[in-house]
Parts: sequence; C-alpha cells; structure tokens
Amino acid sequence: MSIDWQTFWLTLQLAVSVSAVLLVLGLPIAYWIAFSGWRWKFLVEAVVALPIVLPPTVLGFYVLVALGPHSPLGRWWIMLTGHSLAFTFTGLVLGSILYSLPFAVQPFAASFASVDRRLIAASATLGASPLRSFFRVIAPLSINGLITGIALTFAHTMGEFGVVLMVGGNIPGVTRTVSIDIYDRVQSSDYAGANTTALLLLVLCFVLLTIVYGLNRRAWAVGPVK
Amino acid sequence: MTNVSAHSGENLPLLRARVGNHHLSQNDGFHLDVELAVPPGFTILFGPSGAGKTSLLDCIAGLSIPNSGRIAIGERTLFDADGRVNVPTAERRVGYVFQTLALFPHLTVAQNVEYGLTILSRSERTTRTAAILRAFRISDLARRSARKISGGESQRVALARTLVTDPEVLLLDEPLAALDAPTKAKIIDDLREWNRTHRVPILYVTHSREEVFALGERVLVLDAGRIVAEGTPHEVMSAPMQETVAQLAGFENVFDAVVDAVHPERGTMACHLETLGNVPPVVLETPLVRGGIGTPLRIGIRAGDILLATSPPVGLSARNVIPGRIVSLAQRDVIVVARVNCRVEMEVHLTLAARDSLELAAGKEVWLVIKTHSCHLMQG
Repeated sequence: MSIDWQTFWLTLQLAVSVSAVLLVLGLPIAYWIAFSGWRWKFLVEAVVALPIVLPPTVLGFYVLVALGPHSPLGRWWIMLTGHSLAFTFTGLVLGSILYSLPFAVQPFAASFASVDRRLIAASATLGASPLRSFFRVIAPLSINGLITGIALTFAHTMGEFGVVLMVGGNIPGVTRTVSIDIYDRVQSSDYAGANTTALLLLVLCFVLLTIVYGLNRRAWAVGPVK
Repeated sequence: MTNVSAHSGENLPLLRARVGNHHLSQNDGFHLDVELAVPPGFTILFGPSGAGKTSLLDCIAGLSIPNSGRIAIGERTLFDADGRVNVPTAERRVGYVFQTLALFPHLTVAQNVEYGLTILSRSERTTRTAAILRAFRISDLARRSARKISGGESQRVALARTLVTDPEVLLLDEPLAALDAPTKAKIIDDLREWNRTHRVPILYVTHSREEVFALGERVLVLDAGRIVAEGTPHEVMSAPMQETVAQLAGFENVFDAVVDAVHPERGTMACHLETLGNVPPVVLETPLVRGGIGTPLRIGIRAGDILLATSPPVGLSARNVIPGRIVSLAQRDVIVVARVNCRVEMEVHLTLAARDSLELAAGKEVWLVIKTHSCHLMQG
C-alpha cells in the first residue's frame, strides 16, 4: 500500500501544462467563436466540441498516428529532433490539449458572448484597439468563464486515461499518470494500493474544484469598491 | 492616431454623411437612406422609435457598415463605400453616448472617465479626469463603482467619459431619457456650457419636445429611414398644419386669420381674425406653426374651451382676453349656448349654474378668456 508520488507529480505537471497552454490558445479561438460573423462558423464549433463526444481511444489513436513516422507532422518532428513525439511527455501534452480543448473554449466563448456588446462598442468609440478592449473590458467581465474553463481543463486532464494510454503508453516518470497507475494496480490485484491512490486523486480533485468554485463565487462579489 | 489634446482648428469642420443601409437579414424592408450635413453645435435628430436614428449614429461611429454612401468630418473621410475607406471605430474620434450609457461596471467612475485617455501621461490623465469630474459635479463619486451610482449620476459619468476625449463629433442617443426634469435641466446646462467651449458637430437624438426647444439650433426629423423635415425647432416642431376640413367638425368657432407676428422664443405667434366691415381686427395669441408673417390660416376654437367673465379679469395665465357683449342665450339640454359679439361672433358653452350665478342675459358686457393652446390652427 504505497503511493507512487512520481505519478502524482507527473500528472500535476501535465495538468498545469495543459491548462496553461489552453489558457493562451483557448482565448483567441473562443474570441473568434464568440464574435466572428462567418457563416460557416458552426463547422469550427463542431470540430472544437468533438472531443466531448469522441471516445478518448479514437482521439488518442489519431493523435498517435499523427505523431508517428507515417504522418507528415510526425516525420517533420523526427527530422527536426531525431525522435518521435509518441510516448513522450510532450506528445502527451499535445494529445491532452486536443482532448480538453472544448472544456476550455466553450466556457470562454460563452462568457465572451454574454458581455454586453454596447460595452465593447463603447470601448471602441473611446479609442481602444480590439486587443485593449479585450483585456480591459471583455476578459475582466468574463472572469467567471475563464476560471471555470481552466478549472474544468485542469480536472479533466488530471483524470484522463484513454488518450494518455494511447499516446503516452505507460512509462514511469515520463508518461505514467495517476489514472494509469490505478489501472495497473487493479490489473495486478493491488486493490489496497489502487484504493489509496484513487482516494487521493478524488480528494485532490475535490479540494481543487472547491477552491476554484469558492473563488469563482467571490469573483461575482468582488467589484472595484475601495 | 491623432493626439487627444489636438484641437479641431480654426475653421470648424462639418460632419457630412450620406448613408444607405439595409439589412438583408431583416425582412421588414427597413432601409436607411439619408444625407445630412451637421455644422458645429447641436443638431437634434427627432423621430419615432424604429425610424433609424440609432442605426444612423452607429454608421457614423463605425459600429455598423453602411451598404453605400460616404461619411466625413471636414476633410477627413471616415467611410467611403466607393473608395473602400472604412476607418475603424477606435480611430474615428467620434464620441458616442449610448442610450444604455454602457458604463464599464467593473471599473470605478474615475477609471471609466480615464478610459479614453491612455495615450496621455499619467499625470495629465489624472488632471484631465479631475477637471471633467469637477465640471460635471461628480468628483465625490470618483472612487465609487460604476454599478453603484444613481441613474442621473451614471448619465453624467457617461457624458464626462466621452467628452473628456475631445471628440471631433459627438453623438448623443437619448442621453437624458428616463431622468426627472430638474436633473435633466442641470445636465442640459452642462452640455450647453461644453458646447460653448468646444464647437464640434453634435447629433442629439431625442423623443422629447422640451429637449428639442432647450438645445436645438437645428432639427432633423427622421421617419422610416428618411429625413422628412429639417429646420429650426419652431419651423419643424410646431404643429404641422395637416388638419383637414373633416377635423373642423369639432369646432364651433372657426375663423379665417392671418399671421401678424411670430415669437419662436416663446413658441407662439399673433394672428388677427378677419372681421366684417370697418371694425378693428381681433388679435389672438396662438401656438407657433410653420409659416411666416402674412400666412393665411384658419383658427378653430371649441365653445367649451372659452371662459366667460363679467368683469375684466386680471392675473390670468391665459393670454387672450377679448371684450364683447352677449347677443343671445339659449339652453340646450344641460348646457347654455351663449353667442357673444366681440367684433366677430363666438359661441361659448356654459353650465346652467354659471349662467345663474353670473346673472347672464342678452346685452350684458362680458370678457372672453381663451388660452393660447385652445386656438387650433388649420391650413387657410
């Protein structure tokens, strides 16, 4: 009955990396979805939402193929670095980003879209560039959606299994995450170890979400009152 | 981008806009098709809701893109459908106060007002903000949250936030709607004061006739996407003379008259009623309508709207007091119909009680009292 702290540390690193990347990558995608007038926009929305319904193994399979030496992307990466992205931590981060994309982008886009358009227009008439309007008006008024998106991404990545197994395999210290560790323990009849690890993950996720939602509620009440 | 502190120069630029706009998505066939030139000072944009007032302002501010036309401030083209010019909203230097005000709810009053001043140094920003907050008497609100101030205060903050940026054109979309009259009057004073020192074209949308007369130098009437009338407030706002003969039916007294004098500042004019023979004419003060001195008119007065006094009345708000003599009295159901000769003959309706307490009888000397707005004007 021992806890493999290395897998916990690795999983945490993965979740933080994915959340950080999606915070940066998700903002422009969500902005475009919220404000673009392009008539075929729904196609992009459907693609972004795909990971919600797709079995993780299907997504993981395609990511694995894309990273491998049979795809142009994989070949380019191998040419560049000398090794494949498959079964590496970076590959795992890439797969997880795709897998968690809708969990970040959808709350972001929904909160951007709910910002009063007249406020954005007012910002523009006061001489603000779209970028300034975004950081001074849209983002501050969407803070709840941003927190929700990042919390969901983080928790979702903490517990993912299928994509990790397909893309990363089970290499200790490189790609072995908590959920895979639990699966391994059950396979080898280490129920006590699986139980402890599962419980720890459960508590960790619960505490994290509690903090995030607690903060989120405060975000409602926090105004510029001084 | 131009420096915020740059002034508009010696010859004051006009806002010129020719805008054609129709939304393909809308099936109501709404089509904005206007051409206007707005000189410095207040120009009122008046019209029913749905007339296209806000659509027009949005096009000028660059918030919506017209299908055709050209918009320019002086020599500076903001939009040209043919030349494919479309200056982004942020670079147009068009100040715009929305009907909804759109104060940033997550910022303080001072932060809202400073919002458009980022290119200035910190100290200049603070100085300017403090000055405009003082001018609009909202200095004590500076550190309050924009969502925790009253309606009148919000209106002031929204105006200050836009005016502090020294826009080259100012668009005001019903900025004073939903305010009580005293607050409105104070803000109108503030706006007038600002207009004295910054002569820029101001397009002011309103539904309110008082605001038209209080602020208006010029009025444009917009209806169904077109400008249907344009002129000074008194030319445009006074009762349009389109009453037809059918409407005369409601008036017991109808007279031919001619305009003697117009008093736009009071919203009235003087007309004389045509009299037979050599008697001097009866002069009435009436509401102002379009048309100048010498215009022939018809004036309708309801018999029930005329007051009758048996001695010369004093201290009245009514502007027309005409001496005369009762010709006849007749009872019709519960009213008394008096015919009074005051160089013209007028029919006056009274109650039975009034007849008895005033001891009215044929031949008695009386004074007729007629309010200005009881004189209804019709095309002559």
